[in-house]
Amino acid sequence: MMMLELYVFVLAAFTGYMVISRVPPLLHTPLMAATNAISGISLVGSLIAAGARHSNVATVLGFIAVVCATSNIVGGFLITDRMLKMFQRGKPKPADRVTGALDDA
Amino acid sequence: MRELFIQVVYLAASVLFILGLRSLTRPDLARRGMQQAALGMVLAIAGTLVNHTIVDYRWIAAGLVIGAVIGYPMGQWVPMTAMPQRIALSLGFSALAATLVGVAEYYTEMHDGNVVATAKMAALGFEVLLGSITVAGTLVAAGKLQEVLPSKPITFPLQNLANALLFLVILVMFGWLIAHPAAQVLFYSLLGLAFVFGVLLVIPIGGADMPVVVALLNSYSGLAACATGFAIGNVILIVCGALDGASGFILSILMSKAMNRSFSNVLFGAFGSAPAAKGGKTSEGLTVRSISVEDAAIQLAYAQLVIVIPGYGMAVAQAQHAVREMAEQIEKRGGEVKYAIHPVAGRMPGHMNVLLAEANIPYDKLYDMDEINSEFERADIALVIGANDVVNPAARTDPTSPIYGMPILDADKARTIIVMKRSMGAGFAGIENELFYDAKTSMLFGDAKGSLTALVGEIKNV
Repeated sequence: MMMLELYVFVLAAFTGYMVISRVPPLLHTPLMAATNAISGISLVGSLIAAGARHSNVATVLGFIAVVCATSNIVGGFLITDRMLKMFQRGKPKPADRVTGALDDA
Repeated sequence: MRELFIQVVYLAASVLFILGLRSLTRPDLARRGMQQAALGMVLAIAGTLVNHTIVDYRWIAAGLVIGAVIGYPMGQWVPMTAMPQRIALSLGFSALAATLVGVAEYYTEMHDGNVVATAKMAALGFEVLLGSITVAGTLVAAGKLQEVLPSKPITFPLQNLANALLFLVILVMFGWLIAHPAAQVLFYSLLGLAFVFGVLLVIPIGGADMPVVVALLNSYSGLAACATGFAIGNVILIVCGALDGASGFILSILMSKAMNRSFSNVLFGAFGSAPAAKGGKTSEGLTVRSISVEDAAIQLAYAQLVIVIPGYGMAVAQAQHAVREMAEQIEKRGGEVKYAIHPVAGRMPGHMNVLLAEANIPYDKLYDMDEINSEFERADIALVIGANDVVNPAARTDPTSPIYGMPILDADKARTIIVMKRSMGAGFAGIENELFYDAKTSMLFGDAKGSLTALVGEIKNV
């Protein structure tokens, strides 16, 4: 029946659990944004529904699904990147020290 | 040959997704890892486009363009403070895509007069069921977070009973549909009822419980995508849906632990509806001590270690940049500033971390509850900015309190505590916070951003 699919599901869920449980709380919001972007993969199903020309209804539904999934992919990856860019380590850079000293003076 | 190419591309994309998620365990590697995941997505899309069942590219091209036009501002322009509702909304989008694919697939099967196999019908049913619940739930959640809808719990008599009955009806219909896949009316009614159920599931949940809801809906939308994969026999959908589902599942567990709610409580979405039994302690006969900006500034200026505890109030006041400026002043005078982040502070998992990172506060100064709690004893000042329930000692001491047992930040163990608060209202859970009446506590009333800006000026002058 769907044994192969079940295998894939169980192994992927297991892998996901192992990998994601090690993500620190620090990055939980980027994690949600990232999984959200990846869930845009439903675009794969949407593309087939929109392009297979089964019936007008299927095409229109597929089209809306393509719009939703694409906006998730584009928006999701962009926002994840934007957030991750903000997370900076605090080791004092030499340049900061200099300006800090000047401010004090 | 073409099929083999598609499968190889899907496999490569799956590996890149998993590596991308793994990179999120390290903040310094995360950006690059996610860029690789984005590459994986491009591969997967390219692989799908050569699928032989796709014969007409016009709708696809239009959909891709419109989607990108909607997605770009959602990624690039949405402010970080609006992140919870933005994430909720996009969870709804992915669930909607999964649902529509399910409906299209079912419609096509019926249109062609096919007999749908039991396993496939189960997958399709599961897909539209979870998808529809998620779409409705995320819309309500986003509305509450954006405060288009009231963020207070909306309740009515016999609510839990009504929800349980509706759930039962949905289950029976689902079972019936699997046995009789050709019952189209049943399929579409199921779709509608699931939507109603999704709305009913989220309306009784208040703003402070949103982190759990958002995580749970994340899990649901992942499972909906998974079911799509089962229904149309597409392996990469199953992989990604499982990853998404696992992520939401883990976050739900973490959030429920941090709020001291049982997991089954979370799984069935019955949280937030429990009437908040009033705690035994009231504010009667107790007095609070307020402090002026000048006095607070002097204390902060001479402190060796200040631990800042941000809460949703900081996000509302958009005070994160002012927090950083204040911390810089303290650091310039030789003090140390650390940030204690409670797992459910704010409206979504990791909400505070993102806001503080946005204000250029280095992430190695942000500490999780378990890392920082032992340090409060040697902190000169615990500075509570717009947080309430997460520092309420009643969670440790008062068994009659609704939040009893919830792990909290031990702010009360610091030598002194300064609480920045707009006024003396009870916290979200409607409970008095005895920390505010502690002899070591001073209240600095006013808008968090305004107070912080004033503090910065005063500390400079000390």
